[in-house]
Amino acid sequence: MSRAAKETRIDRPGGTFDLERLRADFPILTQQVHGRPLVYLDNAATTQKPNAVIEALNHYYRTDNANIHRGVHTLSERATSAYEGARATVRQFINAASDKEIVFVRGTTEGVNLVASSWGRTNVRAGDEVLITTLEHHANIVPWQMLCAEVGATLRVVPITDSGELIMEEFERLLSERTRMVAVTQCSNAIGTVTPIERIIARAHAAGAVVLVDGAQAVAHVPVDVRALDCDFYAFSSHKLYGPTGIGVLYGKERLLEAMPPYQGGGDMIKTVTFEKTTYNDLPHKFEAGTPHIAGAIGLGAAIDYVNGLDRAAIGAHERDLLDRATRALLEIPGARVIGTARAKIGILSFTLDGAHPHDIGTVLDHEGVAIRTGHHCAMPLMQRLRLPATARASFACYNTRGDVDALILGIRKVREMFG
Amino acid sequence: MQDLRTLYEEVILDHNRRPRNFRRVPEGANHHAVGHNPLCGDQLTLELKIKDGVITDVGFDGAGCAISTASASLMTECIKGKTLPEVQALYHGVHNLLTKDGDAANLGKLQVLAGVREYPARVKCATLPWHTLEAALKDSAATVSTE
Repeated sequence: MSRAAKETRIDRPGGTFDLERLRADFPILTQQVHGRPLVYLDNAATTQKPNAVIEALNHYYRTDNANIHRGVHTLSERATSAYEGARATVRQFINAASDKEIVFVRGTTEGVNLVASSWGRTNVRAGDEVLITTLEHHANIVPWQMLCAEVGATLRVVPITDSGELIMEEFERLLSERTRMVAVTQCSNAIGTVTPIERIIARAHAAGAVVLVDGAQAVAHVPVDVRALDCDFYAFSSHKLYGPTGIGVLYGKERLLEAMPPYQGGGDMIKTVTFEKTTYNDLPHKFEAGTPHIAGAIGLGAAIDYVNGLDRAAIGAHERDLLDRATRALLEIPGARVIGTARAKIGILSFTLDGAHPHDIGTVLDHEGVAIRTGHHCAMPLMQRLRLPATARASFACYNTRGDVDALILGIRKVREMFG
Repeated sequence: MQDLRTLYEEVILDHNRRPRNFRRVPEGANHHAVGHNPLCGDQLTLELKIKDGVITDVGFDGAGCAISTASASLMTECIKGKTLPEVQALYHGVHNLLTKDGDAANLGKLQVLAGVREYPARVKCATLPWHTLEAALKDSAATVSTE
């Protein structure tokens, strides 16, 4: 019997759901690793996939596979309608105004690169500034560095407190008429901080800047409404939202996307081509050169349908409960330190343990069947700010249980016995 | 199920807890190099004092996991007092042991590193000090990276 069996009815302040039934949707979770039941706590890196997503990919390749757009045959029409149907599902999920604002990309990284390259080269000039934060993942740092180096602009960075919160007074101070772009994460992948993006967006707009939100970590855990946020761009990856890898979404306000030059040239992004001149396709196709990851988009649509079928408030409360429980238990272990103690956090627990390097913690936990991530979490400037070479990171998703937390804590105690 | 103790042998844990030669070379260091493993953030500075073709003193400094710290500590113990050809032979012996199913014979206490082979993700932790040693012998000023 699985550990989760004891936790069938989950009754949290946010609502009630059947955790054991939910876990049964994720076939990968039933396996053993090193002779122990798998405890998957690396959800901030990628989440596992429910049957609904696996089946959608399977169905597409078994029955509907064809190239999309312009095909007159039945399979192509089916594939096109499934692909464009997934776009509509994404649009509803984040409450965008139009399907034209939903661009399929490979993932968050490509979304940011698209904006830095297409919008950035058109709108950022020598002497301008791009404002990011210390919390950013490399994906929301490097594209802006490359842009700034190319056009002669300056990259500015909002600092954080020791607890891992943005220092908003510094944000206000750094924001100026020179700021063209504010690129900020909604949730830190390394330490879990939830940033006050509503306030950041409002202040940036008042200063005349455009805002890109890195939603990679947020989208699976926080309801996202791009119109309520009023962000200009919002990028996220499917694979952190229970969907397939290799597909993601860039949301952009239509008037901004309309004014931007294409990111890549090729098939599907054109209306007419002669050797003298090419006219570009309408949104969003202008930004989707070449055959896209059709199956991936359909899988993402299935993942969103799956998430929409969950009680998201209850799941949010459940993940919060797991984080609180794990944090409390960790702090009882001598030598353990929680990295990132912001007031608002998603279910990410970064920590260190005296005498044991995160890499060793990761190897020992793996032997207990517990999968966590160790290292710099693609946030080397943040690690530098925290004066740490690395942390160990456990991150929670809807299917995790209190039993998973217990296994994590037991494993960390074993690390301590070995290295203490 | 693999026994975790094949990786974390008592010798490894001991060298991690109390690394030997974990200090700057007091005087006369004439070769040094910095090693870096971007995967785990490990960083290692190695100093050598070489006189008449013999390593007369060695010290290392830095922050790393148990495997890289123990590997560095064991390495410093094994190379002190050795001639450069002997050190080269050890370097090749350890490299073969960690990456090519090489024989642990003739490696003395370094053979405890053999357990790392079963953990492909950790092999670079063990080889970092040795790559740094190679760079220090060439007196390369550049930082060595495992990537």
